[in-house]
Amino acid sequence: MVSNNDALNSGVSNSGVSNSYVEIRGMSFSRGDRLIFNDIDIDIPRGKVTSIMGPSGTGKTTLLRLIGGQLKPRDGTIIVDGQNISRLKRKQLYLARERMGMLFQSGALFSDINVFENVAFPLRVHTRLPEDMIRDIVLMKLQAVGLRGARDLMPSELSGGMTRRVALARTIALGPDLVLYDEPFAGQDPIAMGVLVQLIRLLNDALGMTSVLVSHDVSEALSISDNVCIIADGKVIGQGSPKYLKEQGSALVKQFLQGLPDGPVPFHYPATDYKTDLLSGN
Amino acid sequence: MLDYIRKLGANTMHSIAVLGRSGLFLWHSLVGIPDFRNGMPLLIKQLYSVGVLSLVIIIVSGLFIGMVLGLQGYNILVDYGSEQAIGQMVALTLVRELGPVVTGLLFAGRAGSALTAEIGLMKATEQLSSMEMMGVDPLRRIIAPRLWAGFISMPILAIIFSAVGIWGGMLVGVDWLGVYEGSFWANMQSSVSFEKDILNGIIKSLVFGFVCTWIAVFQGYDSVPTSEGISVATTKTVVYSSLAVLGLDFVLTAVMFTAF
Repeated sequence: MVSNNDALNSGVSNSGVSNSYVEIRGMSFSRGDRLIFNDIDIDIPRGKVTSIMGPSGTGKTTLLRLIGGQLKPRDGTIIVDGQNISRLKRKQLYLARERMGMLFQSGALFSDINVFENVAFPLRVHTRLPEDMIRDIVLMKLQAVGLRGARDLMPSELSGGMTRRVALARTIALGPDLVLYDEPFAGQDPIAMGVLVQLIRLLNDALGMTSVLVSHDVSEALSISDNVCIIADGKVIGQGSPKYLKEQGSALVKQFLQGLPDGPVPFHYPATDYKTDLLSGN
Repeated sequence: MLDYIRKLGANTMHSIAVLGRSGLFLWHSLVGIPDFRNGMPLLIKQLYSVGVLSLVIIIVSGLFIGMVLGLQGYNILVDYGSEQAIGQMVALTLVRELGPVVTGLLFAGRAGSALTAEIGLMKATEQLSSMEMMGVDPLRRIIAPRLWAGFISMPILAIIFSAVGIWGGMLVGVDWLGVYEGSFWANMQSSVSFEKDILNGIIKSLVFGFVCTWIAVFQGYDSVPTSEGISVATTKTVVYSSLAVLGLDFVLTAVMFTAF
């Protein structure tokens, strides 16, 4: 049995302000008429790995973009390391992002430069390090993701999984304080996935980073997470440590974590009755 | 009727919003402290892809247009016994009008469409977003060098176009049809004014270069990030740029060459 203190100790609901790297309060966001988030509160504890989970289309990637200041909330505040990210001026926002890294679902490598130059890009732009030092750092990052030998390949020559690993190396090149991972395990073979799972945990602990992980790979994500936040229907339906949620979470949370087809979360997108639809002819 | 007015209002509002966005886009791209250390290599790369790679189409088009002008001009002028004025006619036509205008149209079709497609694809593959998240402003890193490259390349391309065109006119007029070479060059020299003709032609090409590049990079940046969206944006670039070049040419010609 897990006490509620377990959830609180994970720094979720009642943690002090200074313990949270990201604090989201009363945040709502909509795309057109569709409400994606409705008055949600989320805390991302400093120095921890937090997984954001939920059914497809609930806005997990959108949440990462809101934290990164690429989207602005309709209501509420998003405080990142003490700064209201949606109120920052353009220059301040870019300065704040220098301390962030985001791994995109598609990898988003620059297609006109090779793997080495992709990883070297943030170092060249934001630092004045000598070329031999840049080379060493890039090779170290590529070694960490197992792609040192692929340094001369162009992004078009990489598989989907390799692309994401190179993107991960680029994301951590500058040693950011906050790293946002959007589906880092998608398309990885079991060996690469195991290495990445360990790498994310290791980087977080060794460099004192704060990690936010969006993933559908429940077992892998839970295995390295200190804190989990589950979103469905525009609301946060569960927050706490993985152990707490597994044992004390609501039916919705349990259905998601156990991958059950029947439960409060519908598999189908809202639609008219199936039989009526087929027989209507139009 | 009410529906029509509503649609008209919505379209007007949309157009104003796009205009506002494009203005802000231009402002954020160009206004700020220049970063020569990082910016110069990017500008040189863009000057190559926007300017140097457009040279073939510019030179070939210039040559043929000059040759056609020489041929047509000769056929008309010979009836009046004034075929010696062919050099003057070819040069003035090219330097004042066809040089900047045709270069602008070719530039929109060759470099403009390529810029839109490239930036649109960068948007669709989240390269621009990833740059933003690295703390690098894509407007300064991606857009600004392309804008400057278009602005710098266009007058040079227009000058090359006119020079090659004059040479094409000479090939036809002098070497083929036998107009006296001395008259060809002397008439041209006496009638073409540097300030009135050449400088105004360069000013025209600067304006066309700026407008065409602005339209191209904005359409790419503002495109819907899908294959269809990029296709629509590329088409818009060519259509809007061509119309802008022709419309602005009339306005500039009226201002520069009409004695009110």
